[in-house]
Amino acid sequence: MAELILLREAIRNLVHDGDTVAMEGFTHLIPFAAAHEIIRQQKKDLTLVRMTPDVIYDQLIGMGCARRLIFSWGGNPGVGSLHRFRDAVENGWPHKLEIEEHSHAGLANAYVAGASNLPFAVMRGYAGSELAKHNPNIRNIICPFTGEQLIAVPSLRPDVAIIHAQKADRKGNVLLWGILGVQKEAVLAARRSIVTVEEVVDDLQASPNACILPGWVVSAVSEVPRGATPSYAHGYYGRDNRFYRMWDAISRSRESFLAWMQAQVLGVSDFSGYLRNQMAEEVKR
Amino acid sequence: MKATTTERMTIASSRRLKDGDVCFVGIGLPSTAANLARLTHARNVVLIYESGPIGAKPRVLPLSVGDGDLAETADTVVSTPEIFRYWLQARRIDVGFLGAAQIDRFANINTTVIGPYETPKTRLPGAGGAPEIASSAKRVLIILRHSLRAFVSKLDFVTSIGFGEGGDHRARLGLPGAGPQAVVTDLCSFEPDPESRELVVTSLQEGVTREKVAAATGWPVRFAQTLNTIEPPSEKELTVLRELQQRTMIAHGVAAGDAS
Repeated sequence: MAELILLREAIRNLVHDGDTVAMEGFTHLIPFAAAHEIIRQQKKDLTLVRMTPDVIYDQLIGMGCARRLIFSWGGNPGVGSLHRFRDAVENGWPHKLEIEEHSHAGLANAYVAGASNLPFAVMRGYAGSELAKHNPNIRNIICPFTGEQLIAVPSLRPDVAIIHAQKADRKGNVLLWGILGVQKEAVLAARRSIVTVEEVVDDLQASPNACILPGWVVSAVSEVPRGATPSYAHGYYGRDNRFYRMWDAISRSRESFLAWMQAQVLGVSDFSGYLRNQMAEEVKR
Repeated sequence: MKATTTERMTIASSRRLKDGDVCFVGIGLPSTAANLARLTHARNVVLIYESGPIGAKPRVLPLSVGDGDLAETADTVVSTPEIFRYWLQARRIDVGFLGAAQIDRFANINTTVIGPYETPKTRLPGAGGAPEIASSAKRVLIILRHSLRAFVSKLDFVTSIGFGEGGDHRARLGLPGAGPQAVVTDLCSFEPDPESRELVVTSLQEGVTREKVAAATGWPVRFAQTLNTIEPPSEKELTVLRELQQRTMIAHGVAAGDAS
């Protein structure tokens, strides 16, 4: 049964050094508040899993939290490169980053297999792509019924999945809507899970087919208003496209990145401090 | 109105979509061109984005592949695994519309690295949905800017297959789709040779010479025997494209179209 606790407690109790951590959200509902808390608690040697590493993993990688990255598209959406990700891969800064690279279809299938308690996923994919040459986790498999050659990828079974959603009720049942990505699969594939939500309400008022994660499959729920900023929460606030563009300049050099992280993440006690700072910057602009 | 080279490329590629096509859209230039088609000659084109929206009719161009406007205007929004499993893998996509960082003469594309994979000179974003879009869509349409850096004799990395080594390579790999049917650039359009599957220039953008295309292509480029000129953008196409981009600027504060 989900515990309704502070995000600080949830990260402290449920994320350990060396864990495999999947923080999902496809452009929408990206759990930035949780990532900032992981950075503040200086978690180390994490294997980070995410289809689109985005700015959230650029921050974690640049701050040295990650030993390994499993991913399928590592850019700054609508802007260009993720400079901290590139610096780690191209120059080994702040330390060497191992990568395991897939296509979106491969990782999406791997989450489904994990959520289904299967050892691997079967799919049609990676045909003619050199990804398979560099990733031993992309293998051929023969259909036992037809003899057809297909592709297998091992299931993803993260130690912890972390997502952001719009609402939870007081029992920890979680409701999300809009672009759903792979969040439900990530939570069901993981051993433990943390969900940050915009608000905790008495009644979710959800329709019968709504995307709901019952409280009994979630380890912890934390209320963090605007916790997906600078990504967006459908029905609550829009994507801060200007921030994504600004990130290009902030993250381009190691110095400006570290100065920004020091001031905006390490120098505040929680995400509300970050949001207050961002608001003040917005007024200055 | 005089069209820019990017507008000419966008408009020329948008015309390749037919009304009623089910199109799996990459973000950036493909998304701009596909939405232009939806607002001009292909009103009933069905746009599918890898984040989950099916039948998206965005009011402004999305900056990211998961923008909320895509969800709000879609016929339905499904999960990302469902998009790849029930819709793409199940062969419900007529056209996969892709961009690329590098392309070779058999329309294989690289979006992964420049330089060796283990020690890359430039780390690019990677595959995203492209490998399976390129292999599973019934046909593929590619749009990218023409330059020697992009049109190379040998890719640094094959991320997504076009025609592989050419000829019947796709068939030998058991791939169902017909592969890339057109590559549209700011200089010209290519189509694959029916036998060898090598890209052949079949039409030039207005005012562009063969020499200019040859100078921007990293292999000895072939031209079709009858070389056409791409119809210049009509007043209507340009107006609709510019209005769409204007709306996008106002909504996002930034332009959409190039970066992915």
